[in-house]
Amino acid sequence: MAGHQTYEEQKQLVFYGLKLLAVITIVEVAFALFAKGHISPSITFGKDGGFGQALYMLAMVGASVYKAYFIVFYFMHMAHEVRGLVLSVLLPTTLLIWAIIAFFQEGGSWGSRREQIKEKNLEVVQPAPKPQGYILPGTYNG
Amino acid sequence: MADSSVTHGHGAHGEDQNLWDGAKEPMKASYGKLMMWYFLVSDAFTFAGFLIAYGALRFSSPTWPEPDFVFASFPFVKAHWPLVFVTFMTFVLIFSSVTMVRAVQEGHRENRRGVVFWMFLTILGGATFLGSQAYEWTTLIKYENVSLERNPFGRYIADGELVDASGKPVLENGAPVVVKKDDSYLLHGHEHDGKIELEKKYIKYTSGTYAGQVQEVGQGPKAFGALFFFITGLHGFHVFSGVLFLTIIMLNAMSGLYVSRKNGYEMVEKIGLYWHFVDLVWVFVFLVFYLL
Repeated sequence: MAGHQTYEEQKQLVFYGLKLLAVITIVEVAFALFAKGHISPSITFGKDGGFGQALYMLAMVGASVYKAYFIVFYFMHMAHEVRGLVLSVLLPTTLLIWAIIAFFQEGGSWGSRREQIKEKNLEVVQPAPKPQGYILPGTYNG
Repeated sequence: MADSSVTHGHGAHGEDQNLWDGAKEPMKASYGKLMMWYFLVSDAFTFAGFLIAYGALRFSSPTWPEPDFVFASFPFVKAHWPLVFVTFMTFVLIFSSVTMVRAVQEGHRENRRGVVFWMFLTILGGATFLGSQAYEWTTLIKYENVSLERNPFGRYIADGELVDASGKPVLENGAPVVVKKDDSYLLHGHEHDGKIELEKKYIKYTSGTYAGQVQEVGQGPKAFGALFFFITGLHGFHVFSGVLFLTIIMLNAMSGLYVSRKNGYEMVEKIGLYWHFVDLVWVFVFLVFYLL
């Protein structure tokens, strides 16, 4: 609830939010096109697969998280809820930090071992010697 | 004695009794709003799971289609405009989020006409977004032949020269076609006996592990199509159901149903939470699919 704000203040916040989200989105897209060589073909740090791309990705994630924060706290009025509600919604999402670390590690490891996985899939293993049917002689047909 | 202890379980403690009667709202939010928040938390985990799966599969692939190459079509324009149309879609959602905030504010003032007006604009925004998504999907499915199992978008894994099936260089204006590592390609498809067949392209690598070898230019990572359609589809379904509920609640507001409730149009506030969440998810879908 935004009970302690006047109606005019509330309306102002809405237009501030519109401007903020619009500007961040425009900057994000412009920066993406710039970093991927669509504005000047010689600049491609946004897809070089190295440090430049890591920085580019970090900036993009940061901008998106800020947009998300603004939407949750001001459009969804989280800023005016009691502390218990805020924590009960936000704390569980910190579990995602570990999910991101674990699954990206998993994906990266899979990616770096693709050749090995292919080899292992093609590997022919000598079949094990036939068991002798020592429990009940002559009953093993495998 | 036994009777009163059944009807007033905590008769001896006045405050406790009030709690059980619902006199106090936990965390100063109504039951409906609280449950909407917790539903949104669980929904956030669903989307996060999908988006993290996208990241993990992307990391596991040697190459990944380049978003500014894949998403570059624009209605009525035969041009390569990377990311312009999805930026338009993002703006549509931002605007509809803003009109939703206005509807909630008018609801707090018990202004029926205001609520209906701003909700109508919000619905219009949602419908526009769905239409845009339909265009985007049509382009990908019908003209670029992406499906759940087929992905004609890829990137070369090393430098090379395009050749034909027999190994002779493909000439364009008399010169061989040279491609570089990480350049994007799209394998065009055509229908043959009711089935889509992708064109065959061959490359003679001049660098990397396969230098000197001729290989077929295959499809890009196949998971791309499935991930794209499932994740944007799930988001689109949220938009669709949001539009549906917004319409129902707008009609209820119009009919004057919420006037008698005298709770500041709380129903509008609840669907507002859901609608902002749909915008919030789009922020991350936009980040993961189009920006990174």
